[in-house]
Amino acid sequence: MKLQEYRSKEILARHGVPLLAGEVATTPGEARAAAERIAGPVVVKAQVLVGGRGKAGGVKLAATPAEAEARAAEIIGLDIKGVTVKTVLVAPAADIAKEFYLGLILDRGARAVTVIASAEGGVEIEETARTNPGAILRLPLDPLLGLQDHNVRRAGFFLGIPAELRTAFASVLRGLYDAFMGADADLAEINPLVITASGELLALDAKIVLDDSGLFRHPDLEAMRDLNEEEPSETAAREAGINFIKLDGSIGCMVNGAGLAMTTMDLVKLAGGEPANFLDIGGGAKADRVAAAFRIILDDPNVQAILVNIFGGITRGDEVARGIVEARGMLEREVPMVVRIVGTNAEEAKPILAEANLITADSLDDAAAKAVAAARGPGG
Amino acid sequence: MSILVGRETRLVVQGITGREGAFHSAAMLEYGTNIVAGMTPGKGGQTALDGRVPVFDTVADAVAQTGANASCIFVPAAAAPDAMLEAADAGVSLVVCITEGVPALDMLRVYHTLRARGVRLIGPNCPGLTSVGEAKVGIIPGNIHAPGTVGLVSRSGTLTYEVVQAMTDAGMGQSTCVGIGGDPIVGTSFTDVLDLFNRDPDTEAIVMIGEIGGDEEEKAAAFCAREVRKPMAAFIAGRTAPPGRRMGHAGAIISGGAGTAESKRAALEAAGIRVADSPSRIPALLRDAGVR
Repeated sequence: MKLQEYRSKEILARHGVPLLAGEVATTPGEARAAAERIAGPVVVKAQVLVGGRGKAGGVKLAATPAEAEARAAEIIGLDIKGVTVKTVLVAPAADIAKEFYLGLILDRGARAVTVIASAEGGVEIEETARTNPGAILRLPLDPLLGLQDHNVRRAGFFLGIPAELRTAFASVLRGLYDAFMGADADLAEINPLVITASGELLALDAKIVLDDSGLFRHPDLEAMRDLNEEEPSETAAREAGINFIKLDGSIGCMVNGAGLAMTTMDLVKLAGGEPANFLDIGGGAKADRVAAAFRIILDDPNVQAILVNIFGGITRGDEVARGIVEARGMLEREVPMVVRIVGTNAEEAKPILAEANLITADSLDDAAAKAVAAARGPGG
Repeated sequence: MSILVGRETRLVVQGITGREGAFHSAAMLEYGTNIVAGMTPGKGGQTALDGRVPVFDTVADAVAQTGANASCIFVPAAAAPDAMLEAADAGVSLVVCITEGVPALDMLRVYHTLRARGVRLIGPNCPGLTSVGEAKVGIIPGNIHAPGTVGLVSRSGTLTYEVVQAMTDAGMGQSTCVGIGGDPIVGTSFTDVLDLFNRDPDTEAIVMIGEIGGDEEEKAAAFCAREVRKPMAAFIAGRTAPPGRRMGHAGAIISGGAGTAESKRAALEAAGIRVADSPSRIPALLRDAGVR
């Protein structure tokens, strides 16, 4: 789960990372009031989770409260990569002398929390990795010992932190590390970390991505989820305990198991169609769960056919078939449905599906082809 | 013969009295797995599975009294890291963790601790493994297998079953099928299992089922190019997955343009491994590679 900049800064501030927090505003008037309290030049920043907000006009400087109000009016309501800006952060503008990148990631290849540092701050680290990989320090931390002083020194010397700021740098990296570990993060980055003209070290922008598997022990962080940037159908699915990701195609997919769900999407594409979603219904596949999955899929008006692919291992095929027939009876919109059930009790499932006039298939390739044909409609 | 588990496996099931633990333990017993003990704190002295399996309060007790040498874990995510550490502490040599949703930072500690102690960990978030006709540890349905000489390794659950079923239907039996798990940090990698299959005299060919995210498939491809001369076939799920989204499995995410299905497929093909467009094509690719 990604956190907005102002939320990420809240967490870093709790761990002693020096930053100019600012205030969030959802109207131009609030932005003006915030700028008045700050009483100096401010930067107005769109709070969106998608990248590239600067280029999209989502970050603007303002010298006065009146300007802050005008800039906020331009930014609020702006469309940035399909997301409408609802909130801006109004923060004191800093006079930047030098910019750095400082981040921590869960590095799955190294199987370690790894410090990433670069003296080329202010640009995306992926960009630096492409253009100048030698400018990046990757420092895997011992997973049993955590961040040690020598790690901090090494990062500081790599970045060329001036001697008088080494203590300040140590507290930034320590704070970032404590925030990362304390929040069960996947990524925590400060970009840029700056030295100001007056010689202060400050985190000007921050991003934290949380490990979804760690959220159960952080209800306070779960509450920071931004539903404005989530598809409503994905919110509904999450609440129903269904793994769902909306895509742009016309063939809805309902599958048990994540790997098989991805494979089903791939085979729809291979058969000449486009998947409308990823959906893993999980184990069991009882009627109420199947019904919830169908409703979520059909909420998308682009869906012209549904492909159900269930491998009955523990789940019994006939139970799933009955669940599908029952759930279908509760639906408001009818689209052709291709059902493939294999594994345990697959034979017993067949008459149940046939009686309900569902299109059936034995192989996954065949099921995908039939779903693509059904989505095109008769004569399509 | 087989790898990792077999007739010599003496299994303790952690969480045997829970709903999942009890259900799958019964299926494992039915398959022929030698379950010597169950473990649920506070239920020591009871029995599970209609009196067939003694239950202990600690894994240490189970090991001391039954000689258990492997553990299978069915406990909730919050308790799973401690369960893995307890199993290692008690001295079993193999730990199979089925649990999904274990926090990654916990897994880092568990991963490195178990490695340092020489304890083999499979999972978490995995379906376990089956040495066909000998023992199954985990939740892979026993009835989809046929005995044979093809080893299979996969990051997935039901997709694994799909491929195993396709192989069985094509008359192509399996030696051992291993689900290594869909999390970013798992105990045993593709390369680890490929190395075991490569050394196993009863495994003559290998199937690898990967998916988007991370670079373990790429590392495995490099290993195969160097070390493996047995015929291979592969499948990679997630060609249509959008970047930046977790596709159900915590580890299935394309991040910063890395971990795509194309990159994995290219790496495997560069290593001379045939990659199928559909799981149903795996048996045919194995036949092309010389497997009968």
